[in-house]
Amino acid sequence: MNLHSTENLIFECETGNYHTFCPISCVSWLYQKIEDSFFLVIGTKTCGYFLQNALGVMIFAEPRYAMAELEESDISAQLNDYKELKRLCLQIKQDRNPSVIVWIGTCTTEIIKMDLEGMAPRLEAEIGIPIIVARANGLDYAFTQGEDTVLAAMAQRCPSITSLLNKKQIANVLPNLMLSSLKHQKMARELSKSEHPSLVLFGSLPGTIVTQLNLELQSQGISVSGWLPSQSYNDLPILGENVYVCGINPFLSRTATTLMRRRKCKLISAPFPIGPDGTRAWVEKICSVFGVVPQGLEQREMKIWETLEDYLSLIRGKSIFFMGDNLLEISLARFLIRCGMIVYEIGIPYMDKRFQSAELELLKKTCQQMNVPLPRIVEKPDNYYQIQRIKELQPDITITGMAHANPLEARGITTKWSVEFTFAQIHGFSNSREILELITRPLRRNQNFDTLGLSKMVK
Amino acid sequence: MKLAYWMYAGPAHIGTLRVASSFKNVHAIMHAPLGDDYFNVMRSMLERSRDFTPVTASIVDRHVLAKGSGEKVVENITRKDKEDCPDLILLTPTCTSSILQEDLQNFVNRASTESQCDVILADVNHYRVNEIQAADRTLEQIIRFYLEKAVKTNQLKLDKTMKPSANILGMFTLGFHNTHDCRELKKLLTDLGISVNLIVPEGGSVTVLKNLTQAWFNIVPYREVGLMSAIYLENEFNMPYVSTTPMGIINTANFIREICQIVKSLAVNLSKKDEIHTLPVLTTENFDFESYIDQQTRFISQAAWFSRSIDCQNLTGKKTVVFGDATHAASMTKILVREMGLKVSCAGTYCKHDADWFREQVAGYTDQILITDDHTQVGDMIARIEPAAIFGTQMERHVGKRLDIPCGVISAPVHIQNFPLGYRPFLGYEGTNQIADLVYNSFTLGMEDHLLEIFGGHDTKEVITKALSNESDLTWNITALQELNKIPGFVRGKVKRNTEKFARQNNINVITLEVMYAAKEAVAA
Repeated sequence: MNLHSTENLIFECETGNYHTFCPISCVSWLYQKIEDSFFLVIGTKTCGYFLQNALGVMIFAEPRYAMAELEESDISAQLNDYKELKRLCLQIKQDRNPSVIVWIGTCTTEIIKMDLEGMAPRLEAEIGIPIIVARANGLDYAFTQGEDTVLAAMAQRCPSITSLLNKKQIANVLPNLMLSSLKHQKMARELSKSEHPSLVLFGSLPGTIVTQLNLELQSQGISVSGWLPSQSYNDLPILGENVYVCGINPFLSRTATTLMRRRKCKLISAPFPIGPDGTRAWVEKICSVFGVVPQGLEQREMKIWETLEDYLSLIRGKSIFFMGDNLLEISLARFLIRCGMIVYEIGIPYMDKRFQSAELELLKKTCQQMNVPLPRIVEKPDNYYQIQRIKELQPDITITGMAHANPLEARGITTKWSVEFTFAQIHGFSNSREILELITRPLRRNQNFDTLGLSKMVK
Repeated sequence: MKLAYWMYAGPAHIGTLRVASSFKNVHAIMHAPLGDDYFNVMRSMLERSRDFTPVTASIVDRHVLAKGSGEKVVENITRKDKEDCPDLILLTPTCTSSILQEDLQNFVNRASTESQCDVILADVNHYRVNEIQAADRTLEQIIRFYLEKAVKTNQLKLDKTMKPSANILGMFTLGFHNTHDCRELKKLLTDLGISVNLIVPEGGSVTVLKNLTQAWFNIVPYREVGLMSAIYLENEFNMPYVSTTPMGIINTANFIREICQIVKSLAVNLSKKDEIHTLPVLTTENFDFESYIDQQTRFISQAAWFSRSIDCQNLTGKKTVVFGDATHAASMTKILVREMGLKVSCAGTYCKHDADWFREQVAGYTDQILITDDHTQVGDMIARIEPAAIFGTQMERHVGKRLDIPCGVISAPVHIQNFPLGYRPFLGYEGTNQIADLVYNSFTLGMEDHLLEIFGGHDTKEVITKALSNESDLTWNITALQELNKIPGFVRGKVKRNTEKFARQNNINVITLEVMYAAKEAVAA
């Protein structure tokens, strides 16, 4: 076990034998977010089986994603990858006519070294639909990091201020993008005139939350000039040297890196807007960068905390254990410590200490203010060892994947399914309630069962 | 490459894991990248398993790609051996590991010298077999491994049990209603005076597999999984097997007759060799299995009576489509045609590897046979035929929803609602009752829907009075009331509301027969 500490927080690293979703699962929320997209997962039956079962009912609703299922002849290179992909993409174009096709590379395409990045531009030119390549595979990434790889690839496609202002380059843009380019051009001209540098937020959120966060910043006099991703592919935000970017989810480190290094954007490193404390810190940090003194933020946060009191009374003093599978763990733990909980362990698949630095700092500060010991942060956890620790510590709530939830419940350990945090609306001031609704649900359920005396259901 | 949205049978490793995790104290280690352990979620969710699924992954990541996974796999096996002390560790290759082409067998050999438990490598090719075939193959592999081991160590039990006994092969986790079927089969065998020697793999231990050969014969309830093992046991140990699926009245009777034949002939042979001294119940003259079948069919099972009843008469000649795995689709087709008098316009299966058997089984019972694993073909077929009801998998249920055709689910792939808590076997005599309910309910719903449609749609229309009567200012005369009472209960309220609405709109105070008809016409128009 590696012990490594940055200041006072202690980071450990275990074996990486843990359960999480495959990163290709990001197609399930991204195809819904980007309305004119089509996601093509290039993989095997195993990938297809995962998607089919993990996405449950969605699969019956004619989703805008499909598998390009590799067969033995593809693996042994008897068939030409390019021709095969062209055939499938033409079929997709004919059936669905999307504005963009996203190829999701998988473990298999990695191992057989299928050159997706090389093929995409050629095919794009041939069929006239942009093709984005994201390698969201289980060899390199966990669960939500899938979105990170897609957004990092998409960041490269965002129009840039300089090229838009330079009319000569417009001709190079694909014909079906002409309309939106004109729109972009107009926006770019406005932006270049504006006194304030523009702000682009990155991370996929449902439309209503986007509006809420936009309004939150607007009330401080800061207007958001765009989101990555946008509701439609043709509305991707304009990026460039004077553009500030800020992330709204902790798992977007590759996207952040791409925005900084490849698109020369300035990254605002802030805690994430999860929980009223996180949201306030997030808004404050953005304000400070733009030289704005935030108005009424403190009162707003206090008001939200007041409305949460009924839930807070349920969890105050209770202990919690994060097994770790979706990278939201640090932010959620920080919020719950502020709520008065004791966090035993924060398991996390991957810890980018630079991208999450502000969040880690807030975690540390919160622990000091709430006068609780700093939790141990376990990167690449080992589920077997974790279960031994859970049995020893007997936490009041364990946040875990579905593979362990029922077996733990049967042993009298209260659990909450971690994936729900990925799909629930948890960002911003007004959604803090949603997080606590999820966290307290098993506790409220157990209150009703207390008298039954049926906590242990195994022999 | 193939454009695919949905698959009926999963990848090979799922079949292997289903077999491995059905045994007690057997651990499967997948050689797989992060996220491929989705099987654990399915078992924990669908089957609501209380125990941790005995499946872990030896993770394939970038380091493994660079250095090879030898050390890691061996380490994971020996570690699991120490932690859980399983009887057997099954190393399971996945699609990823099969293209890495590492010598997994070599790792297994190394690991087995360092561990207490047995270690074997599941012998399945990911790109050639599917979930079902892999499960069949793995079950045979494990049985073969333990019987050969028993032969080597002289521990094989070749003496037959005193009473006639049977092994049930192929009951396992995430199977369609398997646990209920297993209970029903045991009951049936008990009735026949036959004891169950072993149930493999569900709930059994690999250490007792050496006792398999003590049974007189084997039962393979579902031909998808277990047939390979039964054939192996027949070839090597001369054990006969019954592979008729006891689903439906006729097939259950055939199943019992086959068993009786086997038991009787074995009893004669065994008593000749003087191995069996007491003749079992079944072989004595006082147990007449034909009268048992007759009694069960006519009075214990309600299905035969149901077929005879007026309810079922109304189903005569109704068009249906059947699709599922080979066992369930073939059995269901025969039940619908032979036992209920329905018409199966198309019968199909996604078990392409077993297509010949399927064709042979349903020949003469259906107009059309469809062998495909492409759900769009099945959907198109259903749309073309427009049956009154569908019997298929969850996918066909959704096709049915889209086309407004009721569907009964008769086969995997399934959702959580196909793992009912209540007792719902498909096999044996109780199974016939369950199937009759399933079929009948599918049709009544269709009829009900149709009637609602005729009388003006669902309850989305404006409601005049919430209560069915009493508070109304309208009076119904005697003939109209009598007419109203003739209308089937489930649409009576709707008709009444529609009529009253019509009456109000036309300022009518007394509802007569004429008003009722006028109302009906007004709604239809």
